[in-house]
Amino acid sequence: MRHDGWCGLIDRRTLIAGLSATVLAPRHARAATVTDAAGRAVPVPANVTRVFPAGPPAAILLYTLAPDLLIGWPRANRPEECAYMLPEICTRPEVGRITGRGNTANLETVLAFRPDLILDIGSTSGTFVSLADRVQEQTHIPYALLDGRFDAIAKAYRSLGELIGRAEDAEKLARYTEDTLKTILGRIDSIATDARPRVYYARGPKGLATGLGGSINVETIELISRNVAGDTPGGLANVSIEQILVWNPDVIVTIDQEFAATVRNDPSWASVKAVRDNRVHLSPKMPFGWVDFPPSVNRLMGLWWLAKLLYPERFSEDLRGLTQDFYFRFYHVTPTAAQIDHVLAGRD
Amino acid sequence: MNNARSAVPGLAIAIAVLIAGLLLALTVGRYPVGLGDLISVLYAKVVGHRADVPPAVESVILQVRGPRVIAAMLVGAALAVAGTAFQGLFRNPLVSPDILGASSGAALGAVVGIYLSLGVFAIQTVAFVGGLIAVGIVYVIGASVRSRDPILVLVLTGVVVGSLFGAGVGLVKYLADPYNQLPAMTFWLLGSLSATGVNDLFPLFGPVAVGAAVLVALRWRMNVMSLPEEEARALGVATGPLRIAIVAAATLVTSASVATAGIIGWVGLVVPHLARSLVGPDFARLLPAAAILGGGYLLLIDTLARTMAQVEIPLGILTAVIGTPFFIWLLASVQKNWS
Repeated sequence: MRHDGWCGLIDRRTLIAGLSATVLAPRHARAATVTDAAGRAVPVPANVTRVFPAGPPAAILLYTLAPDLLIGWPRANRPEECAYMLPEICTRPEVGRITGRGNTANLETVLAFRPDLILDIGSTSGTFVSLADRVQEQTHIPYALLDGRFDAIAKAYRSLGELIGRAEDAEKLARYTEDTLKTILGRIDSIATDARPRVYYARGPKGLATGLGGSINVETIELISRNVAGDTPGGLANVSIEQILVWNPDVIVTIDQEFAATVRNDPSWASVKAVRDNRVHLSPKMPFGWVDFPPSVNRLMGLWWLAKLLYPERFSEDLRGLTQDFYFRFYHVTPTAAQIDHVLAGRD
Repeated sequence: MNNARSAVPGLAIAIAVLIAGLLLALTVGRYPVGLGDLISVLYAKVVGHRADVPPAVESVILQVRGPRVIAAMLVGAALAVAGTAFQGLFRNPLVSPDILGASSGAALGAVVGIYLSLGVFAIQTVAFVGGLIAVGIVYVIGASVRSRDPILVLVLTGVVVGSLFGAGVGLVKYLADPYNQLPAMTFWLLGSLSATGVNDLFPLFGPVAVGAAVLVALRWRMNVMSLPEEEARALGVATGPLRIAIVAAATLVTSASVATAGIIGWVGLVVPHLARSLVGPDFARLLPAAAILGGGYLLLIDTLARTMAQVEIPLGILTAVIGTPFFIWLLASVQKNWS
């Protein structure tokens, strides 16, 4: 707060990171520690050549910034996903995950990969902080825990850039992230909350699972529209069709192809406003989901997609061009026109 | 003596519970539907013209709430009847329809179906088949082990094979995609009727009707099966084939229920005892009483599940919360009531 007047024009972090990316980069990258999102001081490894991702979001974050450092994937990618990634990186082995709902990588396996750094991004709650501390203590490998929320992605890139000595590349992605968020939010800023479309997020083949208020699953939707299930805070839950009829959403966003294909002919959904108005939208998901999971930078593209769907008059950009640009910057590939059509159709 | 007591008051209570449950279930829900709307939609359906109500109301009654209410009654009745049959067959009051692995088998089938990203109908089919396979395995193993107490061998095999299928469920959940598939599996295993539509009713009704018809046809012999094995044989009952028939019928109804509604414990354990306390142990009365009570009980539970909050309360949780105190009471009083 002391520096309010000074950093009003430009965020202090942006300034420092910007400087570090240009003038100070060599010296800065050799700093002793980087403070991660949980406030832990993570020792900066001397020379990073191999990074172990603790879970899918971390693997994606690292892939976008420094694909060559990625040891492997928490789960092996499918061949059709590799069409949208660098093939030699996409086919790297399955290494399991060391966070989330269950460990599938044991620590000896982690050590056997000889990582210079373990990267985790997501919740910074006590469970994950203690996990990070414990793993770092047991393995003596620096374990960085970054924040996975939208507004923290830019910061996550900058921290990671410092940790692996790629501050310059990180700064580019961080800037793109900030610009995208600023552009999208800026254009809809004048629309009052009450005037924004009411969106129901449908998961599962019957479309009856949804993300409640504040759930990471609906972060994209809640950022630029109103989540009909947002009154009840929580994570994922099942709801009844009756409840959806009461909510009567303007728009339905789904990740389930089966649901998207059948809902129009399902008599029990027929009187829902979104179905009547033909506003059921299947989210793209290749190579990573656009609106929901994994909760990493992949959702940034979904924000463009959603913004164009909900506010077409305010977003005149060509989505295909945006897709191509995003895939080039983040996934290091240039998809063909046919591939972009395939992605935008929500197919996998 | 229980047998001498008239069953009429007991059955009357059971029917009253069911009718009360039906009226309540059809008129309450997240979407407001008045009694007048309900009557006019049902009347219009019967005489075959369109009701003068908003289409959403008609859709709620005919497409959403109606099928769900019918499914709740069918599943509750099916589990209660299967539980009644198994408690008699195994001469044990603490047996439930999943004792031979039907639920574990169906659960494994369902999670494999979700893991393979199958459609809803395919998942239900795989679950149904999984239940039948699990019980089939149990029966084949149980029958091939020579023992003086075939019932005990069967129950033990059921427990062991059930836990093996349970381990299979754990393995598939472990391998599943944590963002998409795992929540779907968890929801399925907790049990819910929230997705029930008109199309789900026939695949549920068919097996339940067949299984229940077999059990009703065998009602007199099931009384004999409640006696010790030697006594039943002495009375001229072929216990082996009869046991197969009862197990097959009960498995059919249990698997169909679990395939539609997911894992719902307790109904098949608790309701047979309620029914027995109302009409006595004679299967000719016990089966219909258990079916009516089970249907009414699950209907009430499901009505709670869909009305208490904006989100669905899983049925498995509600039935357990209500079933556990009853089970404890049952354990405390089982000595004097069961003989």
